[in-house]
Amino acid sequence: MNTVIRSVAWASLALAAPLAQADQKVLPAQSEIAFVSRQMGVPVEGKFKKWDAQLAFDPKKPEAGKVSFSIETGSASFGSAETDAEVPKAEWFNVAKFPKASFQSSAMKGLGGGKFEVTGQLNIKGAVRSVVIPVAITQAGANTTASGQFTIKRLDFKIGEGDWTDTSMVANDVVVKFKLTLSGVAPL
Amino acid sequence: MNIPLNPSPRYSGMAMALHWLLGLMIVGAFAVGLYMADLPMSPTRLKLFNWHKWAGITILTLSVLRLLWRFTHRPPADLPAPAWQNLAAHGTHWALYALFFLVPLAGWAYSSAAGFQVVWFGVLPLPDFVGKDKALADILKERHELLAWALAALVLLHIAAALKHHFIDRDGLLNRMRPGRD
Repeated sequence: MNTVIRSVAWASLALAAPLAQADQKVLPAQSEIAFVSRQMGVPVEGKFKKWDAQLAFDPKKPEAGKVSFSIETGSASFGSAETDAEVPKAEWFNVAKFPKASFQSSAMKGLGGGKFEVTGQLNIKGAVRSVVIPVAITQAGANTTASGQFTIKRLDFKIGEGDWTDTSMVANDVVVKFKLTLSGVAPL
Repeated sequence: MNIPLNPSPRYSGMAMALHWLLGLMIVGAFAVGLYMADLPMSPTRLKLFNWHKWAGITILTLSVLRLLWRFTHRPPADLPAPAWQNLAAHGTHWALYALFFLVPLAGWAYSSAAGFQVVWFGVLPLPDFVGKDKALADILKERHELLAWALAALVLLHIAAALKHHFIDRDGLLNRMRPGRD
């Protein structure tokens, strides 16, 4: 009996070990998640102002790493009042029904030279798609910067319904760009 | 500048082509601009805004050509008319030319300040001469509208004067700008 308890205790410790870097944080004030869509050839950049991330990542053991994001869809802003008024509508993010978008990593791997690849599930507006995200890590002092970009198809997530499905007006490809400042990450 | 005298009582073919083409484009762009300004957000609004911008840049480009043509090709001599009328006609022409440039330039700058780069025909991205700036965008929008209304007023004056000469004074003024009849 004692042995069983002890092994369980050891097992949980072992399991908990990769998550022991609980002091790792993404610093939202110094980070940015932006997206660029094209409207009749015109690049229009927006940002998510409110989001939260959980991170457990050791650059030396990327396979054990995990990251998840929770993004408030209603915080998307293009910086122009008339466009921002559109964002919450049912055709776009339908914020009333889907207030949050999320990303949950399922695998991470190191490509060498501070480059990593994060695979995971992106959940927007109730649609889930697998995405592979290239991430470049640089470090300066105590802070680590993770940046990269990837492209999603907006129609995969029903972003822009009805008349707005016309991709000659608003391109299907949307580039998501991020630059995250992380604290507490071990050196590369 | 030494411009050879134009013995013809009529404008050159190129001057006529540019005059009528730009006239149509300016009236069209003005009408679309007036109509689209208060539309609620929709694909139609987006489409009209972009068409309006493409038309504006095309007007600007053709106006550069037109001005170069005007500088190198002498227009027909003035018809006999009171000096003040010839002066007013020339003044109106130069003010029109100034607005052919100012209206599109203000619109272009307004678009840039509002954060929307102008991409000519959806293909050629044009530089932003001003950065994204909400307060500046509001001012430029007002300027663009004001200048467009000034252009509309001068176009009306120009048309009214031409018609008055042709139909009331019966001096055949319109023949100078009528293509295909020598």
